Amino acid sequence: MNQAAAPEIASRPLTKKDFESDQDVRWCPGCGDYAILSQVQKVLPELGIPREKLVFISGIGCSSRFPYYMNTYGFHTIHGRAPAIASGLRASRPDLSVWVITGDGDALSIGGNHFIHLLRRNLDVRILLFNNRIYGLTKGQYSPTSELGKVTASTPMGSIDYPFNPISLALGAEATFVARTLDRDLAHLHETLRRAAAHRGTAFVEIYQNCNIFNDGAFEVFTEKETKLAHVARLEHGKPILYGPKNEKGIRLKGFQLESIDLSKAEARMEDLLVYDAHCPDATLAMIVSRMTGENNLPLPIGVFRSVSRPCYDDSLNEQVRKAKEMMGPGDLDELFNSGDTWVVQPSS
Amino acid sequence: MEKVVRQLEDVTIRFAGDSGDGMQITGAQFTNVSALMGNDLGTFPDFPAEIRAPAGSLAGVTSFQVHFSSREIFTPGEQCDALVVMNPAALRVHLGFLRPQGILLVNTEEFKPRNLTMAGYASNPLEDQSLSAYQVFSVNMTKLTREAVKDLKLSVKESERCKNFFALGMAYWLYQRSMEPTVQFIRDKFSKRPELAEANLRALQAGRNYCENTEQFGSSYRVPAAKLRPGRYRNITGTTATVLGMIAAGQKSGLEVFLGSYPITPASEILHQLSRYKNFGVRTVQAEDEIASVCMAIGAAYGGSLAFTTTSGPGVNLKAEAVSLAISVELPLVLCDIQRAGPSTGMPTKTEQGDLLQVLYGRHGESPIAVLAGSRPSDCFDTIYECARIAVRYMTPVVFLSDLFLAFGAEPWMFPSSADLPPIPVRFRTDPEGFQPFQRDLETLARPWAIPGTPGLEHRIGGLEKEHLTGNVSYDPKNHEMMCRLRAEKIEKIAQEIPPTRIDGPESGDLLVVGWGSTYGAIRTATEKKREEGKSVSHVHLRHLNPLPPDLGSILYRFEHVLVPEINLGQLLKVLRARYLVPAVGLNKVQGQPFETTEIEAKIDSILRGEP
Ligand SMILES: Cc1ncc(C[n+]2csc(CCOP(=O)(O)OP(=O)(O)O)c2C)c(N)n1
Ligand code: SF4
Ligand SMILES: [Mg+2]
Repeated sequence: MNQAAAPEIASRPLTKKDFESDQDVRWCPGCGDYAILSQVQKVLPELGIPREKLVFISGIGCSSRFPYYMNTYGFHTIHGRAPAIASGLRASRPDLSVWVITGDGDALSIGGNHFIHLLRRNLDVRILLFNNRIYGLTKGQYSPTSELGKVTASTPMGSIDYPFNPISLALGAEATFVARTLDRDLAHLHETLRRAAAHRGTAFVEIYQNCNIFNDGAFEVFTEKETKLAHVARLEHGKPILYGPKNEKGIRLKGFQLESIDLSKAEARMEDLLVYDAHCPDATLAMIVSRMTGENNLPLPIGVFRSVSRPCYDDSLNEQVRKAKEMMGPGDLDELFNSGDTWVVQPSS
Repeated sequence: MEKVVRQLEDVTIRFAGDSGDGMQITGAQFTNVSALMGNDLGTFPDFPAEIRAPAGSLAGVTSFQVHFSSREIFTPGEQCDALVVMNPAALRVHLGFLRPQGILLVNTEEFKPRNLTMAGYASNPLEDQSLSAYQVFSVNMTKLTREAVKDLKLSVKESERCKNFFALGMAYWLYQRSMEPTVQFIRDKFSKRPELAEANLRALQAGRNYCENTEQFGSSYRVPAAKLRPGRYRNITGTTATVLGMIAAGQKSGLEVFLGSYPITPASEILHQLSRYKNFGVRTVQAEDEIASVCMAIGAAYGGSLAFTTTSGPGVNLKAEAVSLAISVELPLVLCDIQRAGPSTGMPTKTEQGDLLQVLYGRHGESPIAVLAGSRPSDCFDTIYECARIAVRYMTPVVFLSDLFLAFGAEPWMFPSSADLPPIPVRFRTDPEGFQPFQRDLETLARPWAIPGTPGLEHRIGGLEKEHLTGNVSYDPKNHEMMCRLRAEKIEKIAQEIPPTRIDGPESGDLLVVGWGSTYGAIRTATEKKREEGKSVSHVHLRHLNPLPPDLGSILYRFEHVLVPEINLGQLLKVLRARYLVPAVGLNKVQGQPFETTEIEAKIDSILRGEP
């Protein structure tokens, strides 16, 4: 048990259908969660991981129902704690592919502590955060990503609670892989999931997800045909950050500030644009870029903000176990009992 | 002058000094030598709460008590026969534990105005007759140590550091201890600094010679070997016993041990010690908090590890929600609660038994759990081993209760051989044929342990109510009640494996004293004494607190009176009265200190006299 097994070759190629469980999916009709479920089920067959090696671990929330719909191993746990449960599993079972499914309340409010510590430790786990900027399951209270002024069940006069930027938070927590994608952009979602799956270490993906019941249209400008091109910039490593209906706009770094320039204007030069570097060991650039939110005449970046390599806690832990066995030999219980100062009491004759 | 050697059956000695005075090493050496000389033993260290309290302050006093005997003993002793104090603060803090006419060995060097003031003495107690109730031996140990090592060219500080071995040398003379094991210890410890080895050896010898050669000391004492059960022994603390029990359970079950923990006194030491045994395939993780540490353990248990999480009272609160998850998904887990004085931060370096009701009932919903408690340092080994065995056999979380007094206390342990330990058979489910995640074993009601990675057993579990057998989410009212009842019945089934309750003393009679946990030694000693006086007093000590032993009710009913001494305000007492409707009475103390035998004896006497 508990040894990393050689990857098994599935007897026949798996398909999306193989990953669908027999449980009825219970999200509201039109919920963005459906699209994410479907893309995950489409990506998995491409990864070549045997079904029994896949484990989906979730917290509590609409999004966290996800594991019930996957025909893999699944564990629907408690609110906010999925990162910790996933850490224990992954640390002890390096042969498994472990995925955390969480929501903006689950990961960033009640589970904020476990979320940042998983990122810092960099265990080889994927985290998919379904960000609908609302508490869906508990019927529409604001969440730690809801915008100021938001009127919800618990904030009738508008929210006075300043929100997190999950990408900046993850970068600040020393994450090695940070990405953002959208439930409505299936191709981009698919590609981002694939890249997250390929990362060794904690791969964090924020997925903007529409809750059509309690926060409908929260991401409309980024997903609707008429507006999205003008507001969304796709990050690509080694390329300038461009956006606009004809990619006519670009991002320039001036001091620590980003500014948008219009390349169709005579004075704008392509060479002035910021060339994005997702592999930079230092997270400063990614942090600066993460501050763009689609407002103030700047686009919303999507794609991979950061992808760097750093030792994983799980690998290091297992390496220590291996080393200890090598240095001290595999433990012997009787030797262990009989260690330190011992003495014998003789039978009295 | 011809010096006399008197024979004693039983002695308690306490070494007390400033944090920097080396009292823990001194006490450990005295213990070790006494063990090798065949005495039965109980020891207890006492540390200050402050890490670096100012030198000479009351807060900086640390001590180590050794109870050694030529008969079988069960406690680290209460009142001391001898007290060694290295400074005024140590005298102030510990004098109350010295019996009248007890021996007081004092290092006079530190009895200077500044230190006396720091210890709150208006006048020097060595000069004002306030110690006339004791046999006082005033010796300038620091100065004599400096002289003994003066030609070794050590700094003054290094020279004076050896004074604890001077004190130890005096204690060795006083109780006729063999020097050899300590000589060897010093040689090993300072093998890289031979000049320090030499200095400490000289201090040790000088202390002994001082007693031998001066008129000040007239008589010394011998405590012959005890008649212990033949076998091989080692000295063990409750903490180490717990750690060895965890490793043993891992080895015997064939499972890899996983510990998720977050530092908290007095449980941290388990994390420290277990972390050293990675060669047994042990994985330890210091998590970001108690919630994470229990959740990591649950994740590891889900993956097929033998999972533990260790903490003290405040951490148990934080873990409660996750423990209910483990109860609901029926995964094996051992939660170790090393109790300390609460509520809140309370007195974190003092002992208490205040968490019994918390671990029995402190969760949401109908969430029954098995609870076992260790009763003496070495018993922590057997108890945690049994916790692990029950956890995997019944697929349930189990609570292991210990406390600070057990964790830090030590006694000789006749350790088992691994072959003699009860087996812990574990079979992961592998056969997909007819697999249902919540189909139960008829004997134990345990569900199968079907771990990720097993082809064909892919399934989902979670905290939502599960349908009987399939484990699918179910809101069916009748199913929920059935599942609640099944989970409760499963825990009750554990009682089928509890051995008949051992009764020390008559099977029925005037008074039964029922205890649990670290009160064992004091209750055992007190009840034996009462029986020697011819009184009808029996003792039952419970390891299993949930479920309770099946024969307990009938035992309680056979006694006129039932007394339940606890280091809390009456928690087991409540459970027994509610469950068996017996008019049991409590003896309760919450002072951060264990019972003294005499306190229990007095209560027994008053009950037998018919006092209310
Ligand atoms: C300890 C605890 N506190 C509160 C809840 C109630 N609760 C369940 S889900 C949730 C918020 C979920 O929001 P989010 O994580 O954003 O998920 P969504 O439903 O939006 O997908 C809350 C407060 C709970 N289940 N457990
Ligand atoms: S409440 Fe919102 S998030 Fe939840 S299922 Fe319905 S649409 Fe989706
Ligand atoms: Mg949400």
